[in-house]
Amino acid sequence: MNIYTYILRRLLYIFPVIIGVSFLIFILFNVVCPDPTLIMLGKHATPEQMAMLRTELGLDRPLWVQYFDILKSAFTFDFGRSWNTKQEIFQMIKNGAIPSLTFTVPGFIFSTITSLSIAVVVAFYRGKFLDKFFVVICVSMMSISSLAYILFFQWFFAYKLGMFEISGYEDGFPYFIPYVILPIIIWIILSLGYDLRFYRTVMLDEIYQDYVRTARAKGLSERVILFKHVLKNAMIPVITYVVIQIPYLILGALLIENFFGIPGLGSLVVDAINSNDFGVLKAMSILTSLAFIFFNLLSDVLYTMVDPRVRLK
Amino acid sequence: MKSTAVEASNYSDTKGKKAQKPKSLWGHAWTQLSRDKVAMLSLTIFALYTLVAFLSVTGLIASDWKNEVGLSYGVPSRDHWFGLDIFGRSVFAKTIKGTEVAMSVGFVVATISACIGIIFGSFAGFYGGKIDELIVWFYTVVSSVPNIMLVMAIALISGKGIHSVYLALGLTTWVNLCRLIRAEVIRHKDREYVQAAAAIGGGDFRKLFKHVLPNVFHIVIINFTLTFQIAIKSEVILSYLGLGVQGRPSWGVMINDAKLELARGYWWQLAAATFAMFFVLLALNILGDALRDSLDPKLKGK
Repeated sequence: MNIYTYILRRLLYIFPVIIGVSFLIFILFNVVCPDPTLIMLGKHATPEQMAMLRTELGLDRPLWVQYFDILKSAFTFDFGRSWNTKQEIFQMIKNGAIPSLTFTVPGFIFSTITSLSIAVVVAFYRGKFLDKFFVVICVSMMSISSLAYILFFQWFFAYKLGMFEISGYEDGFPYFIPYVILPIIIWIILSLGYDLRFYRTVMLDEIYQDYVRTARAKGLSERVILFKHVLKNAMIPVITYVVIQIPYLILGALLIENFFGIPGLGSLVVDAINSNDFGVLKAMSILTSLAFIFFNLLSDVLYTMVDPRVRLK
Repeated sequence: MKSTAVEASNYSDTKGKKAQKPKSLWGHAWTQLSRDKVAMLSLTIFALYTLVAFLSVTGLIASDWKNEVGLSYGVPSRDHWFGLDIFGRSVFAKTIKGTEVAMSVGFVVATISACIGIIFGSFAGFYGGKIDELIVWFYTVVSSVPNIMLVMAIALISGKGIHSVYLALGLTTWVNLCRLIRAEVIRHKDREYVQAAAAIGGGDFRKLFKHVLPNVFHIVIINFTLTFQIAIKSEVILSYLGLGVQGRPSWGVMINDAKLELARGYWWQLAAATFAMFFVLLALNILGDALRDSLDPKLKGK
């Protein structure tokens, strides 16, 4: 298949997926869900009050109109107003994005660099003590609840040792730094186990390929093989893995933000859950799905461009 | 003299044949697994947790977790190994009750997700064409919504409690397995043994369920251990968000309680829940890796 035909086909496929995603969100929030007005107004609501709220939220319109509203919002980003605070949802999301990104992006960059460098070292010493040691560390780190990490780190480093701010946030460039350092560290700790394990597998997958044996037979040193050949080829799955994770940076880290009082998108979602704000939840689901679809597309296209074998399939 | 030698060689021949009795994939995997001491230890730990959960369900142990057995926040002691919580209840009993929740969430979620994954994956792979396109579209859609959003949405609308945890996690964790099964069924469906089954008059269902599926079932088992871990970890997060189990202890609820206790120096509830979770997740993790090594022939020798 021609590369351009492939990319075009892949590009067009996002439309049925967007239609499906908005339909899924519609089914969950507008069809399956028990009457949201009952939840919002409580047990003692009169039928008139409920009817009024339903009209206000647009829930009395025919279902297909409600569905098209959701589908339309995936393209126009007009999500209406929050059910709880009555603010413009898009504005709320815009305000929340920056605080989320201030700690997820540095955390993501540091954790990727750290785990990738350890993975190279571990691949060099594969099967030896250092390799086994790191495998044990990875598996152990993955077996601890993320909630326990956050709780312990916040208590130990911020409360007990007083090294960082316990919680809070300030806008503006230099001011937010003291508030995000500990969240960044926790983000790194949380992703290190998963990342390192993935990168190690990728490196080892490459190391057992035939071209590595050829390179070794040629008499190249293990270091040249590792950095010049293996790392270069391993970059393909690494880049895919990195790109796929970007949407999660936008979503922020629900728990970390909640614990540290960072007013980001994660906090937005947690607040929406606590106040049954379906408007915000729908908007966040659509936006994060769109981000996921986009970055998935990007990683597929990148993959096709660097690896011609994919196209033949 | 000669005859005895022949006899002896005959004897050793039959003996050799006996020893070389062809082993099934499962037999082979079991032999390999049972040689791995760490994996066997993990299996034992997992079995112990299951036993504890089972005893707790039947009410044989920890049924008195609600009882006040001492002062509020009693420190860990000989009588109360893991200390007491704010209401003077035994943290040890609560941890056991939490084990019941975690293990049942793990088993139910992994089973739901395996059923959906097997049905969709095998149908898509086996029938191909329009059915395949539809199922691939469907799982692309499901996997496009970030998992955490989908889990929270389902848990929120299906009400609070353990059943909505089952539902939310069961309905969202099947995509990976479905993908793997589909790919593997596609690889298997035109092989000679399936053609042979068709030649003797086997229908589609017979071919799929009797011949193809047993050959791809190892993926289901490996995936089961993975989904089990995800389910246990997610239950904790759902409990924290107030969408999890209500009115009974779970590890998530215990860790959540610890949020207010830690600053006052009451660490035992957090420690008990974290360690209880740590050992079962570690065991599942190691077991999953060992199963992959022993069941997946492609990875042999790596």
